[in-house]
Amino acid sequence: MIIELGHFALILALAVALLQAGLTLTGAARNDLNLMAAGRLAAMAQFALIALAFATLVHAYFVSDFSVANVAENSSSAKPLLYKLTSVWGNHEGSMVLWVLILAVYGAAVAWFGDAMPPRLCARVLGVKALIAIGFLLFILLTSNPFLRLSPAPEEGMGLNPILQDPGLAFHPPFLYLGYVGNSVAFAFAVAALIDGRVDAAWARWVRPWTLASWCCLTLGIAMGSWWAYYTLGWGGWWFWDPVENASLMPWLAGTALLHSAIVVERRDTLKSWTILLAILTFSLSLVGTFLVRSGVLTSVHAFAHDPRRGIFILVLLCIAIGGSLALYAWRAPTLEPGGVFAPISREGALLLNNLILASCCATVFIGTLYPLFLDAVGGPKLSVGYPFFDRTFVPLMIPLLLAVGIGPLLAWKRGDVLGALQRLWAAFAAVIAAMLIAFYLSHGGPVLSVLGIGIAAWVGGAAMVELADRLRLFRAPWAEVARRALAQPRASYGMTLAHFGLAVTVAGIAASGFEQQSIALLHLGQTLPVAGYMLRFDGIGKHEGVNFTADRGDFTLLDGTRVVAQLAPERRFFPLQQQTVSKTAIHTNLLADFYLALGDPDDKGGWAVRAYWKPLVPFIWIGGVIMAFGGAVSLSDRRWRVGVAARRAAKGALPVDGSRV
Amino acid sequence: MSWRRAPYLLPLIAFVALAVYLSRGLAPGYNPELLPSALIDKPAPSFDLAGLKGEARLSNQAFADEIVFVNFFASWCVPCRAESPVLMDLARRDVIVLYGIDYKDKPEDAEKFLQQYGDPYRRIGVDENGRTAIDFGAYGVPETYAIDRTGRIRWRHVGPLTADVVTKEILPLLRELGAS
Repeated sequence: MIIELGHFALILALAVALLQAGLTLTGAARNDLNLMAAGRLAAMAQFALIALAFATLVHAYFVSDFSVANVAENSSSAKPLLYKLTSVWGNHEGSMVLWVLILAVYGAAVAWFGDAMPPRLCARVLGVKALIAIGFLLFILLTSNPFLRLSPAPEEGMGLNPILQDPGLAFHPPFLYLGYVGNSVAFAFAVAALIDGRVDAAWARWVRPWTLASWCCLTLGIAMGSWWAYYTLGWGGWWFWDPVENASLMPWLAGTALLHSAIVVERRDTLKSWTILLAILTFSLSLVGTFLVRSGVLTSVHAFAHDPRRGIFILVLLCIAIGGSLALYAWRAPTLEPGGVFAPISREGALLLNNLILASCCATVFIGTLYPLFLDAVGGPKLSVGYPFFDRTFVPLMIPLLLAVGIGPLLAWKRGDVLGALQRLWAAFAAVIAAMLIAFYLSHGGPVLSVLGIGIAAWVGGAAMVELADRLRLFRAPWAEVARRALAQPRASYGMTLAHFGLAVTVAGIAASGFEQQSIALLHLGQTLPVAGYMLRFDGIGKHEGVNFTADRGDFTLLDGTRVVAQLAPERRFFPLQQQTVSKTAIHTNLLADFYLALGDPDDKGGWAVRAYWKPLVPFIWIGGVIMAFGGAVSLSDRRWRVGVAARRAAKGALPVDGSRV
Repeated sequence: MSWRRAPYLLPLIAFVALAVYLSRGLAPGYNPELLPSALIDKPAPSFDLAGLKGEARLSNQAFADEIVFVNFFASWCVPCRAESPVLMDLARRDVIVLYGIDYKDKPEDAEKFLQQYGDPYRRIGVDENGRTAIDFGAYGVPETYAIDRTGRIRWRHVGPLTADVVTKEILPLLRELGAS
């Protein structure tokens, strides 16, 4: 009964979405405030209904109601509670419901904060979002309905793919979706602006917080996914250029470009049509990401089913959403007024360079990911892809971007002075040399590329610090003055410093992967294995029972001389329901380096294959991601405040007083 | 329409081209894993590759008078991990003769990969620059080809092998080739 209620709520949500589209778009066209206000209520009602539908599905998983086909196919009664709940989005149908739920959350949030916005802009944004919701609700109800019953109900469910039964992955999809779907807000703003035919600084100020919010979530989601791959796949790699990973990277790159170009629109009233195009592309890439994963046009390890019927539906949705918005763009964008001019060497120029490089990176990933699909059109499949492709294309593109990221924030608007900026960056140069020498010394002359990578990371991080010190007039003004400036700085500029510093931390983590050391051996009880100056002792092996698996668990001690550093217990888990073995690695970290241990197969003479890695700085990869997302959040907290102030000041006819650069 | 508008049309044109292109992949009956090979029923391209871990070289001379399967894999290839249990099962049950070609990979990485996921291959050739994969017309990894007793390619599968592919395609193929 409860699940039927959810089904009904979802159908009702579709009806409300239709109503919402009608109310808001007509209201905006006729400038009818009552219709537009009703449209905002509809957005909130739509959220309530989809939340109800989602809650009934969660309930069905919670009580393991196997009469619901979706539960029977994806859950089982003997499973930890956490994974019963995360199974809701561990499958195609449930994840689509989560998708529309998040869409509705953003819609309701736009409606909620809509008071401060021009009513027609708000109405059009909600109208566009309602159109997206209609498409995806139809998709769920017609091709991917999770509310269907099974009769007779099976005794036991088929369980969740064991590789997905992991805390890291439990919260990875929600964050990823918050990021993907959050891009729909910027998209809706872009389409609304095209309908309106007007893009100005106020528009950019409205669109930026939403873009920031989804960017933060996407950053966290990608970091979580990569961390999961690192400790689950038992391989020690953290990025595989897998189509599904690339699908999340593309909107991230486009979204990062959008964040930066929106600054130019806000501050200098230029690059408008490019920003609009980026907003459309960012969401389009999010949709393509969904499409790539769900339709089965690409093969991947991810656990979603292949179904061409869904693929066709999604392709039609994509064509309408992307094709429609790009057609609107082709029609209306030329009418947007061009804004202020600027010299190539200027803050705008640097941001444009950032955009061009990020867009190129994004195109590279796009081509590499869709390469298997492109092949049979060009006839001669004479290319190869995989990490060799990305290493040779993506990485060289990132280097100029990372070099520029240090200089850009120090350039003035309109016309900048590169030499002056470089002079001010002497401390960053010193940091680069020091970091490279230290890396070279500690790694005993390790790989040149890794040492250079550490140097680039020091450049980005050092320049971020120099820029902050410059703004605060640190060491140049009296301390009281510095403190006053520190308090007066807008949070957005701290956000930028944090985000750029986080980028430096991530780059350092990536660069240091060249310094890793590894040992692989067949160990017998009591034997030791030297790894990177430590000794690993094999103390024992035993059977271990989990809720829904049995495991071989090894006991290892990591020794530094005679001092015990850590006890490690890697496992090989066997899931009888799925007949699948999953490696559970043991990782000891001190946040500066990881000691990574995976248990392999036994031989028949009591020996066990053991792979041990010492990975310096590898935690920095994810710590940097978290710092970036935190920087975004700090900037966001400023924006929300400023949005209100800007609106109030504008009402008084005054311009916002503004010391920020971001 | 003035020329000033033309650049604004480019994104739309690019998208339409892409959509038309992608829609082919969704045409009824189209399965990306069943891409036909131009080489079906043609003699397998000749190759001569260094063996992995210092083993003997692998060339198609080795395939004489046997039905063999050639599997392209790489340690960096995630779907290859997904298919490894299926390959291991085939090897354990001695159903097929399987040769591996390690595609664009560092041999030491490949050895680690095989240590962890098991080595189902009779022998492995190292295709470090991807030439042999190009000669076979491989789209990527994993990809599997069946070669009959006369050295002709009879079957090709793009993407990871699954238990389903084994029962529905490989076993019937073996019966067919065994009978002829």
